[in-house]
Amino acid sequence: MLKVHSVETFGTHDGPGIRLVLFLQGCAFRCVYCHNPDTRSRAKDQGTPYSTEQVLALLEKQRSYFRNSGGLTVSGGEPTLQADELITLFTAAKERDFHLALDTSGGVWSRTVNQLYDLTDLVILDVKHIDNAWHRKITGIGNRNTLRNADYRERSGKPLWLRYVLVPGWTDQPEYLEAWARHFSGYRSLKRVEVIPYHTFGVHKYAAMGLRYPLRGVASPTTKQVDRAVDIIARNLGDVPQLVAA
Amino acid sequence: MAAQADRIFNAERPRFAEGLWQEEVNVRDFIYTNITPYDGDASFLTGPTTATKVLWEQCRFLLKQEQDKGGVLDIDTKTISTITSHAPGYIDKARERIVGLQTDAPLKRSIKPFGGWRVVQKACEQAGYELDQSVVDLCRNYRKTHNDGVFDAYTDDNKTLRKSGIITGLPDNYARGRIIGDYRRLALYGADRLIAAKHADRKHLVGTMTDELIRLREEVAEQIKALEMVKEMAASYGFDVGQPARNAREAIQWTYFAYLAAVKEQDGAAMSLGNVSSFFDIYIEDDLRSGNLTEQQAQELVDQFIMKLRLIRHLRMGEYNQLFAGDPTWVTESIGGVFRDGRHKITRTSFRFLHTLYNLGAAPEPNLTVLWNEKLPENFKRFCARVSIDTSSVQYENDALMSEAGQCDDYCLACCVSMMETGREMQFFGARCNLAKALLLALNEGRDELSGMPIVPGIEPLPEGPLDYEEVRCRFEQTMAYIAESYVNTMNVIHFMHDRYYYERSMMAFMDSRVKRNMAFGIAGLSVTADSLSAIRYAKVTPIRNKEGFTVDFQTEGEFPLYGNDDDRVDTIARKLVQSFNRELGKHHIYRDATPTLSVLTITSNVVYGKKTGATPDGRKQGEPFAPGANPMHGRDSSGAIASLNSVAKLDYYDARDGVSNTFSIVPRSLGMMDEEREQNLVSLLDGYFASNAHHLNVNVLDRSVLMRAMEHPEEYSQLTIRVSGYAVNFTRLSRQHQLEVIARTFHESM
Repeated sequence: MLKVHSVETFGTHDGPGIRLVLFLQGCAFRCVYCHNPDTRSRAKDQGTPYSTEQVLALLEKQRSYFRNSGGLTVSGGEPTLQADELITLFTAAKERDFHLALDTSGGVWSRTVNQLYDLTDLVILDVKHIDNAWHRKITGIGNRNTLRNADYRERSGKPLWLRYVLVPGWTDQPEYLEAWARHFSGYRSLKRVEVIPYHTFGVHKYAAMGLRYPLRGVASPTTKQVDRAVDIIARNLGDVPQLVAA
Repeated sequence: MAAQADRIFNAERPRFAEGLWQEEVNVRDFIYTNITPYDGDASFLTGPTTATKVLWEQCRFLLKQEQDKGGVLDIDTKTISTITSHAPGYIDKARERIVGLQTDAPLKRSIKPFGGWRVVQKACEQAGYELDQSVVDLCRNYRKTHNDGVFDAYTDDNKTLRKSGIITGLPDNYARGRIIGDYRRLALYGADRLIAAKHADRKHLVGTMTDELIRLREEVAEQIKALEMVKEMAASYGFDVGQPARNAREAIQWTYFAYLAAVKEQDGAAMSLGNVSSFFDIYIEDDLRSGNLTEQQAQELVDQFIMKLRLIRHLRMGEYNQLFAGDPTWVTESIGGVFRDGRHKITRTSFRFLHTLYNLGAAPEPNLTVLWNEKLPENFKRFCARVSIDTSSVQYENDALMSEAGQCDDYCLACCVSMMETGREMQFFGARCNLAKALLLALNEGRDELSGMPIVPGIEPLPEGPLDYEEVRCRFEQTMAYIAESYVNTMNVIHFMHDRYYYERSMMAFMDSRVKRNMAFGIAGLSVTADSLSAIRYAKVTPIRNKEGFTVDFQTEGEFPLYGNDDDRVDTIARKLVQSFNRELGKHHIYRDATPTLSVLTITSNVVYGKKTGATPDGRKQGEPFAPGANPMHGRDSSGAIASLNSVAKLDYYDARDGVSNTFSIVPRSLGMMDEEREQNLVSLLDGYFASNAHHLNVNVLDRSVLMRAMEHPEEYSQLTIRVSGYAVNFTRLSRQHQLEVIARTFHESM
């Protein structure tokens, strides 16, 4: 059984087309800007159990909305923490011809996760910082596994999207933006890069959970700051079909 | 006939492909044989010409004046409006490519007292005018009206039902509307040929003089008179519509004259236009080919035609506006669809019509409706999505479903969602049954829950304690059966009298002499009723009764499934409600052997219905608005947009052939990250929804904050348009209560 935090039937920001998005419960990262802190806990009583059949039934209910682009996206939390269950789900969903996307931060490196990547039509990988120390500072964990996963995807030759959350003072250092883009500049599997300006929509959840919000006082980046970051990435990334800031 | 057919091919006329349309009055065949389907994109479109811009500026000035004066600019309180009653009117004659107004001046409203003169008198008074005494005398002493006829025949039961608010919006004191003439006929054939065809029909209307035959003979005679009057009216503008139109400008002008005749003589709630755009396109294409017209000029004709439609006005009472907010006229134009052989009907003029929303800015009228079909060209679908995202002014209806159910591919929509084969089918429209109130009657031994007035006889008291679903269900079915019968009887009276005292000769003149008739019933409060029944079935609902024993509130304990979350347990309840009410209607004698049809549509009356309805078992408090049409109740569809749409799609169109209205509001961001993706996702949404056999979708793409700002600063948002239930309104023309209700509706946002 998958442990699901919540379900969005009209997902339009996590992969192409209209998507059923499963937000899975549980995450090992503790990102300073996390906007879904309620998805983190891996305690036994957290999340709603979903069987493969239940998810397939949900998918069938909205098949007509997928046309030739939409499908299922599994997000989180960190979905690859439930890679075994996802392999079962993805194998069954593949048989029914659904497009499958995985929205992950790449923190888990294992054979099972490799296998899951192979079943996945589109991996959306959130590489939160190119510098290991900064990555640790932001998420609590280094970026080694994330980059290995990126490399694995590239070698498999299957579509990859990258995400980058732009947080003033944390992820907008020009030299690291440059290094980030350079790292992926040769990637042929890379179809799209999304630069996501940090927002404060999740702040109220911290208060509700009795948590202290780590990024108090940090504002969303200005349009100018976003443009500058996109520009640096564009200059150093080389050809990528789509570079978007949303 | 042959001579007339020849005239269509005289030297001045464009060469059209030959067909059945030459032998008989058959516009569908003309379009079928002559259409130029267009698969390309919107890049050919052009902006407004200087003449259009100047003219529209003048209209905007007048519209502002009208608004500043409280909604009515001027009234001719003396002249009873007929096709020929008023001298020609112009906005700025030199700049007008398409001419004709309802009266001798723009936005000046006319009086049409034959539906009911008291309503006209009151409407005049409310606007600060006085209805001329000669009109009062005439209607009192010499010329009976529809309204007087109805009340002469109403039974006590009819009146009780009306008074209690179980049935609201009965057209018993105003015109019924919803009839659409095939106005294209005037352009294609000219009035002389149409008159000849009507005379030919009359030759066959002989035999035993039954009531029906006598009535029909008189009606067709009236239609012929109306056609003569259309010629006279057009002649006063300097045109001879006796002959067929010879070019695009004439085709549009002729069609408009035919429509104008209808809105000069009738002021029905919905006075819809039909499906004219691809018909116009045939003439425009011919003119473009022969070099008689440029793209700018073609767009100018369309822009100016649309401009005229935006100025259509009827004189309404304040009470009417409470039901149907924003002074709507439902000049519905149906665009697109697919022929039964699979060819689509999208032309360049389909684009040109939608493009007026840019050239003239967004507007609620005409009510632009796209007959959506998966087979429409991708470029057109994308353009529609673009227009919806930019203007929130378009509604969509399922072409495959309608053309299959109606077995025809030349049809149009009356009002919001009522399908009619163009020129061959009409309807007797009327009112809606408040289902939620009917449920409360069933729980109160047939008495009105607010006044205590007995309405439905023979309903047994319920046992004490929590409500038992089966006990409730059988009482509710008994109540629905009684109301359906009484509703049918009331409608029979109304339409008998309407035919007699306010017959629509100017519209029926452009239809076949023998038409197919529907009688269109409606229901309101579907989601509230379904959720209430779900509460009774799946949770524990205990009525709270007052001293007199009336249920004034409910104590509802426990969870229950809510309509709008794709949960079959409750969605099935909703579907069966529609089905059983429709079946009840079918059990009774219907005037002129019309076929009963049912709509799940409220317009904006969901607010008034809610006001008149006590607390309901679903937790809705007394007086709170219902959800519009077939929509799930605000905020209860919490499983995302698709789940909400799927619930509505489960209602069977075949149980509600008069239409199932759903209004969908979404914030722009939630459609996708980038413009192109938003367009694609909206296209997928529409394809998906209609592939699920859903019938109708109003699409609003707006941030709630825009509406809040518009409430505070209406002057900055004079053209802000929002789709409500089956039509669109200028948001700033809604009452504050309606505005708040619109804002309270679910705006789908992704996480």
